[in-house]
Amino acid sequence: MKDIEYAAARSVDEAVGLLAARGDKARILAGGTDILVQLREGLRDADLIVDVKKIPELVGLSHDAKRGLRLGASTPCYRIYRDAKICAAYPALADAARIIGGWQIQSRASIGGNLCNSSPAADSIPALIAHDARCVIAGPSGRRTVPVAEFCTAPGRNVLARGELLVTLEFPPVGDGEGARYLRFIPRNEMDIAVVGAGVWVKLNAAKDTIAAARIGLAAVAPTPLPATEVGAWLAGKPATAATFAEAGDRARRLAKPISDMRSPAEYRLHIVGVLVTRALAGAVDRARGIVIGHSPNGQEH
Amino acid sequence: MVKKTHVSTTINGETAEFLCEPRQSLLEILRDTLELTGSKEGCNNGNCGACTVLMDGLPVNSCLVLAVEAEGATITTIEGIAEQAHLHPLQQCFLENAALQCGICTPGFIVAAKALLDRNPKPTEHDIRFELAGNLCRCTGYDKIVRAVQDAAAALEGKH
Repeated sequence: MKDIEYAAARSVDEAVGLLAARGDKARILAGGTDILVQLREGLRDADLIVDVKKIPELVGLSHDAKRGLRLGASTPCYRIYRDAKICAAYPALADAARIIGGWQIQSRASIGGNLCNSSPAADSIPALIAHDARCVIAGPSGRRTVPVAEFCTAPGRNVLARGELLVTLEFPPVGDGEGARYLRFIPRNEMDIAVVGAGVWVKLNAAKDTIAAARIGLAAVAPTPLPATEVGAWLAGKPATAATFAEAGDRARRLAKPISDMRSPAEYRLHIVGVLVTRALAGAVDRARGIVIGHSPNGQEH
Repeated sequence: MVKKTHVSTTINGETAEFLCEPRQSLLEILRDTLELTGSKEGCNNGNCGACTVLMDGLPVNSCLVLAVEAEGATITTIEGIAEQAHLHPLQQCFLENAALQCGICTPGFIVAAKALLDRNPKPTEHDIRFELAGNLCRCTGYDKIVRAVQDAAAALEGKH
């Protein structure tokens, strides 16, 4: 890596000041599992690294049944899946946090960093879309809030402007009859980038036999993580049955616009996205009914 | 050249201070400055786990930690796993199961397996394979490593 300066910001204002002054020559360091590789390999350039892990607001999570979850942007992944309350309330987020890299990565990498890296194949983003998470962004002119579904703009790009910093992710409170699941397909058992990923959230009716509302986010089938809004809307009012899950998979397939690359031909991604949406919906409905399902990443075990 | 930064840490139970450039990884400093060459550089991009160390008790890829970030941290490397002249049960069981061939991945596996057994003293085979997925071995086919970790878990249970 070329010579670079390092600054550990102690407050959001200090970080924003450094980022605003240096523009695109400054890069944020959270867990470092993407940015340090990108700097080393010349994929991104910077003169200054701004470490944000010493800013209290960016590290940690606070959960309240009435207000929901506030997740500091640079909180490492392991903090999420080691927290039984978070796993119960936001299970798709926990599914994703558990399979981003291996344990060594999860000790450092954060959900906020995964989002800001803005890969179309990012594991956490479909789960964030499914859970309806919102980004709290600080910048030189104050704070603004952007839904995760609108955050990514192109591969590796997002709505953050000069001097802006993702501070927290906010998740709505969770009520009865809700469930969520994130599944991804990779050719290995672990430690790979998604061929396709699918995050699903559902809310069932009181009898738990009908889907009252649903949200779906997809990974690696479009230039950005894809909110499958039309499929979520179609699911409202449908019976929570295997036939419904399968048709939702077909509808997701029709929304997907994947490319062929080293990980998969487009045709295979189109097939897999239907399979994963079908399985993730079934898993989300199981969880909404209080059935405990395991954390196998491709949905085949347990 | 960028000014060097003074960093104070605890490594394998002893205070360690060093000067580093901000661009340098913890792995570089461990190996080249502190001469703790047990941690290996495999891929240098977070895939192989050969550089695994414990940082404040958590396994991390030391190639993906800047040395400046280690200020105030407690680090355990493979050199800190044995108890004085006695091999740690994991080390003994790796030897007895021939769970290594070229040996490049072994320090990372042992450090990561120690983190696993510290958290989960009775892991299933699935637990071991899942939690050690961040460590790659191109020689053994993993079965002997899994057996070594299982044996070490049993040996450690017998000690307590």
